[in-house]
Amino acid sequence: MAEVTLHATTHTPPVAHAEGHQHPIKLYLVVWGWLFVLSTCSYLVDYFNLQGYLRWSLIVLFMMLKAGLIVAVFMHMAWERLALAYAILLPPLLLLVFVGIMVFESDYTLLSRIIFFKAGA
Amino acid sequence: MAETVLTNAERRRTTATGWQGIVADWSSDQRAFKNVSWGKAMMWIFLLSDTFIFGCFLLSYMTARMSTTVPWPNPSEVFALTIAGQHIPLILIAIMTFVLISSSGTMAMAVNFGYRHDRRKTAMLMLVTAAFGAAFVGMQAFEWTKLIMEGVRPWENPWGAEQFGSCFFMITGFHGTHVTIGVIFLIIIARKVWRGDFETERRGFFTSRKGNYEIVEITGLYWHFVDLVWVFIFAFFYLW
Repeated sequence: MAEVTLHATTHTPPVAHAEGHQHPIKLYLVVWGWLFVLSTCSYLVDYFNLQGYLRWSLIVLFMMLKAGLIVAVFMHMAWERLALAYAILLPPLLLLVFVGIMVFESDYTLLSRIIFFKAGA
Repeated sequence: MAETVLTNAERRRTTATGWQGIVADWSSDQRAFKNVSWGKAMMWIFLLSDTFIFGCFLLSYMTARMSTTVPWPNPSEVFALTIAGQHIPLILIAIMTFVLISSSGTMAMAVNFGYRHDRRKTAMLMLVTAAFGAAFVGMQAFEWTKLIMEGVRPWENPWGAEQFGSCFFMITGFHGTHVTIGVIFLIIIARKVWRGDFETERRGFFTSRKGNYEIVEITGLYWHFVDLVWVFIFAFFYLW
């Protein structure tokens, strides 16, 4: 198995992009265009005053698509080795744990405020 | 010196892909990030740490907004503008978003022309990027002025939950600072490109190292990150 992968990859030496990425300019223009479209979409979510779960899921969807395009193409992460990509992209996922903790915390704070302060204030 | 000589074992490691590649790279006790210069690796690690800073800001905003008993001011209305008699919700923020995305587009092309040693186009595109960035900061200054005139303070505002002001000034202020620093660095690097520092291998004044066009890409990484953070601020602070 190792022999096979070795052969498959020796044709494209990783040293190739020491001199940088030689992508056609068109690629960047296409991504630029998509970012404009996605931004317009997220603005329209507000313009048409969508509410509730539809609003939130659309906002997050457009946000993730835009972030993905910027990181993958503009920041060239799609062409980096996985060791770098995972080292940079996985740690931020820990923030989701933090989000979970703080959701519980703010629910608790809100509850205490309603019980102890709302009546008096 | 050590970098120029690739041993057989190292070449085998460099060519492994997928999960085997990750394990091989990390366990090779030399460089974990193959083919990535220290400058680029350190910029990525800096950006990772910056991610956590902005993550904490947005988290504290989430916590404040979720735990307040007073209704949160409606950003759609707060950031509305009346242009030519038309009341348009959130329009200034939308324009700022498009300006920043455009700056990212020009930056990506500048990196590309940099590696092609097209000095003129690289420098011009970087200056255009810097101009977009400066325009963004200008609009942010206008936005801050407008809100402060309307009575928004870190401790109070006319529309609802007091925490709105502190979250707003903290998050957009920190982001605006990043944009400003980015504009300064863009101009510095654009000048070096224009002057041909990377063709003549002129030494930098601070580190006295010879530079190359990779610095354009590293500056670009920072700039795209600023745009990336705005994507999240736009979604969570302005649209939510």
